[in-house]
Amino acid sequence: MTNSWTDIRNTDLVVIMGGNAAEAHPCGFKWVTEAKANRGAKLVVVDPRFTRSAAVADYYAPIRQGTDIAFLNGVINYCIQNNKVQWDYVKAFTNAAYIVKEGFAYKDGLFTGYDETKRDYDRSTWDYVIGEDGFAVVDPTFENPRCVWNLLKEHVSIYTPEMVSRITGTPKDKFLKVCEMIAECSSPTKTMTSMYALGWTQHSKGSQNIRTMAMLQLILGNIGVRGGGMNALRGHSNIQGLTDIGLMSNLIPGYMNIPTEREKDFTTYMSTRGFKPLRPNQMSYWQNYRKFFVSFMKQMWGPAATKENDWAYAYLPKLDVPSYDVLRAFELMHQGKMNVYFCQGFNPLQAFPNKAKLAESLAKLKLLVIMDPLQTETARFWENHGVYNQADPSTIQTEVIQLPTTCFAEDEGSLVNSGRWLQWHWAAGSPPGTAKTDVWIMSQIHLRLKELYRKEGGAFPDPILNLNWSYKDPHEPSPAELAKEMNGSALTDVFDPNDPTKKVLEAGKQLAGFAALRDDGTTACGNWIYSGSFTEAGNMMARRDNSDPDDTGAYPKWTWAWPANRRILYNRASCDIDGKPWDPTRKLIEWDGSKWAGYDVPDIAPTAKPQDVGPFIMNPEGVSRLFARGMMREGPFPVHYEPFESPVANVIAPKIKGNPVARVFKDDLAQFAETASPEFPYPATSYRLTEHFHYWTKNNHVNAVLQPEFFVELSEELAKEKGIANGGWVRVWSKRGSVFAKAMVTKRIRPMTVDGKTVHVIGIPIHWGFIGAAKKGFGANVLTPYVGDANIETPEYKAFLVNIEPSTGPVA
Amino acid sequence: MNMELSRRAFLRVSGAGIAGTSLGAMGFGDVEEAQAAAIKPFRLVNTTETRNTCTYCSVACGIIIYSKGDLKKGEKADIVHIEGDSDHPTNRGTLCPKGAALLDIVKAKTRLTEPMVRRAGSDTFEPISWDEAMDKIARAMKADRDANFVAANKDGTPVNRWTTTGFLAASATTNETAWCTYKVVRSTGMLVFDNQARV
Amino acid sequence: MFPPIPNPPVTPTPPKFGEADLIRRSASSVPQPAQHLTEVAKLIDVSKCIGCKACQAACLEWNQLHEEIGINVGSYTNPPDLTENTFTLMRFTEWVNPETDNLEWLIRKDGCMHCADPGCLKACPSPGAIVQYSNGIVDFVHENCIGCGYCIKGCPFNIPRISKVDHTAYKCTLCSDRVAVGQGPACQKACPTQAIVFGTKEEMKGWADGRIKDLKSRGYANAGLYDPPGVGGTHVMYVLQHADKPSIYAGLPDNPRISPIVETWKGVTKYVGLAVMGFAAAAGFVHYLVAGPNKVTEEDEENAERLTEGTAPPPADPAQPQGHA
Repeated sequence: MTNSWTDIRNTDLVVIMGGNAAEAHPCGFKWVTEAKANRGAKLVVVDPRFTRSAAVADYYAPIRQGTDIAFLNGVINYCIQNNKVQWDYVKAFTNAAYIVKEGFAYKDGLFTGYDETKRDYDRSTWDYVIGEDGFAVVDPTFENPRCVWNLLKEHVSIYTPEMVSRITGTPKDKFLKVCEMIAECSSPTKTMTSMYALGWTQHSKGSQNIRTMAMLQLILGNIGVRGGGMNALRGHSNIQGLTDIGLMSNLIPGYMNIPTEREKDFTTYMSTRGFKPLRPNQMSYWQNYRKFFVSFMKQMWGPAATKENDWAYAYLPKLDVPSYDVLRAFELMHQGKMNVYFCQGFNPLQAFPNKAKLAESLAKLKLLVIMDPLQTETARFWENHGVYNQADPSTIQTEVIQLPTTCFAEDEGSLVNSGRWLQWHWAAGSPPGTAKTDVWIMSQIHLRLKELYRKEGGAFPDPILNLNWSYKDPHEPSPAELAKEMNGSALTDVFDPNDPTKKVLEAGKQLAGFAALRDDGTTACGNWIYSGSFTEAGNMMARRDNSDPDDTGAYPKWTWAWPANRRILYNRASCDIDGKPWDPTRKLIEWDGSKWAGYDVPDIAPTAKPQDVGPFIMNPEGVSRLFARGMMREGPFPVHYEPFESPVANVIAPKIKGNPVARVFKDDLAQFAETASPEFPYPATSYRLTEHFHYWTKNNHVNAVLQPEFFVELSEELAKEKGIANGGWVRVWSKRGSVFAKAMVTKRIRPMTVDGKTVHVIGIPIHWGFIGAAKKGFGANVLTPYVGDANIETPEYKAFLVNIEPSTGPVA
Repeated sequence: MNMELSRRAFLRVSGAGIAGTSLGAMGFGDVEEAQAAAIKPFRLVNTTETRNTCTYCSVACGIIIYSKGDLKKGEKADIVHIEGDSDHPTNRGTLCPKGAALLDIVKAKTRLTEPMVRRAGSDTFEPISWDEAMDKIARAMKADRDANFVAANKDGTPVNRWTTTGFLAASATTNETAWCTYKVVRSTGMLVFDNQARV
Repeated sequence: MFPPIPNPPVTPTPPKFGEADLIRRSASSVPQPAQHLTEVAKLIDVSKCIGCKACQAACLEWNQLHEEIGINVGSYTNPPDLTENTFTLMRFTEWVNPETDNLEWLIRKDGCMHCADPGCLKACPSPGAIVQYSNGIVDFVHENCIGCGYCIKGCPFNIPRISKVDHTAYKCTLCSDRVAVGQGPACQKACPTQAIVFGTKEEMKGWADGRIKDLKSRGYANAGLYDPPGVGGTHVMYVLQHADKPSIYAGLPDNPRISPIVETWKGVTKYVGLAVMGFAAAAGFVHYLVAGPNKVTEEDEENAERLTEGTAPPPADPAQPQGHA
């Protein structure tokens, strides 16, 4: 989230699209009801289903799943055509005036540079014209036909209300009503907030779904302001933290990158990370990359990381592919290329698509290690549960070690919420049996592996032997010790670079923030964006002062938010070019003539002059991007692509199936239904219900009572056509598998007209399996296709094709 | 630290004499002997309060865990109830249907309590000691790493990667656990490393 | 936001009310207390309810109730009805507004209304099995319950349920144990959107006014408060978007009132003898009605006469709950 849950109270319009906050985030949703009750805010819900968010909405519009880009490009087109643009914001804070290179063009669903065999682009033309002064060329008059604004205007012009309705199935009048409500927020004193979650991410073009709304929010001037923003509601309690700390194949904590094998040495690695400003005076904060990186390496490998050995650059593995995400991991497993796999509090047999493929893959491992507080389906993938998990244990050679871990109530530490607050918690209960903390288990793995390498030698033991492990109890580092490492400390006395006699930091002291980091090996910091969380003043994440001066919703002394305890990102953009708040009633910070100050920590150098320095300090331009340059694999502007399995061909580019740059493995391609398949006529979507949390709460008696049994949802019209009774059994199948479920026949799903064709959506909740207190059932992932988003590989769970028939239910 | 939210005493009884009188002391003399107390004693009395955060979604509601016994005093602690923290700015004491039933996941019948192993071809889990389990894991990792570690690619560039063992990290563990996990996994050169951000 | 109630106490706290505050006791009389407590109320704002069932979870959890895991019968209402363990239940109704042709998903939290004039208590033949405190809470005392089920018959909202285990009647207590230490009920504490708020009845009416104003501004011309006079008002009230049609909310009674037969019966059966008869004998109550009670207060007689206007009502099967519109 750019903003926080408590900031939603400041909004005028909530748009829930690509999410279902009332069901998935009920306690955060209270700030929507508060905004409605206290500010007269309106709530708009756009969703294929009439959800429990829609139940309390002021306006609901249906949409076919997987067509959000067409809808939002249509809204952008509406705003441009009707002059509903916050011009001062667009001119000052976006790249609308930047001139784009000759050669860049868009035609029939593709941009310049597409290579069909590679399913990838040569992105060299997707950039600005750079002038002789080394800076990007801009045309503040917007007269140049090659400026971003004019290209954007042309790009979205095909998304007329008629076209939007034809693609999305949203009736034209409903689409226009939503446009009108959104367009009102182009006023500097009206803001809209976008609340989204996996309804946008779980598509083969998920990143572009989000980007399209971000562009709209920029055009309306709603980024960086109270009550505005792009608010990713996020799923699990610490998935923000796990991502911040870089537990992904290609990340280093704080959103730095694991090198690729093309980056042979540290110099090459750094050569593309200079982040030279693209406009005069801009902060381009990533210019500090080297400081963050060197400090990270020092925290990892201490004295073994030296200037001479390029800070132990060799210790980092080098990628040969963009990422080893879960989909690739199971593909490798399926090909017999993996031997050992760890699942730490993760149940992939339920969580990833195409269950049959997942089970086959796990059966090819030598060893599967499970660390979990609960029994999981994954740990028991080899066990026969009849139709729910057909397995023959005698043929499965995988050894499974299942380790009991503590749960939240039995451990201490911090979690990052979706508003980036790091909240510390304390252990309350004794663990059951001999359950251990994950930290103890990981320490054992390290210590035992290190001992084996010390005794026996082996493949490149250096990074293991030299891993910095200086804890009071090496068998179980304390949460405070680990938190202090992430914050960072001075390794030696540190002196002012401008005055070598002036000591600015004392050896051994905790750093006050990332501004103190050095690239000379004198500071260590595990995760630069968390620097400031555990300082000499103590554990800032444990703060519990809930005061909120002038009720802004910032709660600046409640725990700690990254970065730098900043509560709203890009908050400098809450003011106009002269530093005065766009809306004086919603002041966040302002320029007092000599510095920035206010309710929040300014997201800009405190003395940066408002007319000189742009608010988007992480970008070398200093402004935000309506044109993404080469940052997105599909192109600089969002294009409507159909899901890989779709009931209709892509109206704007009929030859393109799915997202033209999404990665598809060969065997999986054969398992996709054809477009407009008569065999699989119904688009399905999977989702959560408010009564359950993923595959965890089926272990809870109370939650099993509240929603006991697997079901699918369908319209009264389709039920009638198929002879399906409410509460009766149905069978639903895709090209990958088949499930039995109870039928929920409802008015909340209605047939839609898409490109002249009647389309029936089928809804499939995800929460059941063959373990737990709830009735045994099937996971939606039995049905879903094995393909991810082109940029980040999030599986396409929200749009796929199935068929349905009445049934007598499973035979156990 | 300021723990105050706007508070109010909304349940002020009209009579002064009632506050401070215990249920027992009030007696039952005014009605039949057979009458029993309808109001149950308040069941959080004499429990230990611990501040924590809900384990489910990333709204991260503040909770208070009530236990019999106090870990901080070195005692065994048995959790008896979990309720929203009224002082928390986001949830203000409220909880959703999952949060309101958190006790059920702490006490779930399907909680794991001892290390177990399922041997190749077996149809059951059997107990294994922690020591044996951890040795087996370390030994399997080393054997696989030594056999499949790629020190250099075919161009001779040092790549130091290991892709035949993978690690799927969690989504609800603490930052501190995540950092500890990151260090251990990365130091081996493992690249097949991911978390649950996408599902 | 309605100001949250501070976290509950963990040190011994004397209850703020108790037996001395009883104003009614089934099949017996209590001396009127010297002072009345401020009346409390729970306000359920249906228009803010997101149907998440946090109230149901919190109720099961706080009251340590063990509901059975059921099956899906094609509804979000789980379990399908109130039970001796499910004191509160979200009832889901898909209603197409004939004026706008828009779907409205009406979600109502069902449970005891804590009537000012409680039909259950009036119908109860067992002394002290149902009590009413001067703050408005109507509570069941299981030690005194004979499981006859007349409370169900007496309830215009069809709320109490008889346990298959101990054969006594159960329903929402308004978390009397929590209220006694200054807390709100568990359902109210949990409710994510403050669709449930708790306070004095006057406070709740005032809060409801603000909500109704907001709803009217959003086009709900008939938004209003449900505090039905037929039962003397209730200590659980609803804000409804369509207060002119309560019955669209899963059969919320349009004009609830205690069945005249219960009033009559209540007037003639206040004696301990019935307590030993149990549920099976209930159908025979007409006999007692005719034969006449052997222990009736003068006041009861008068009430009975007034309510029945001298005419004995037709017999009904008390095992068959009614009062649902």
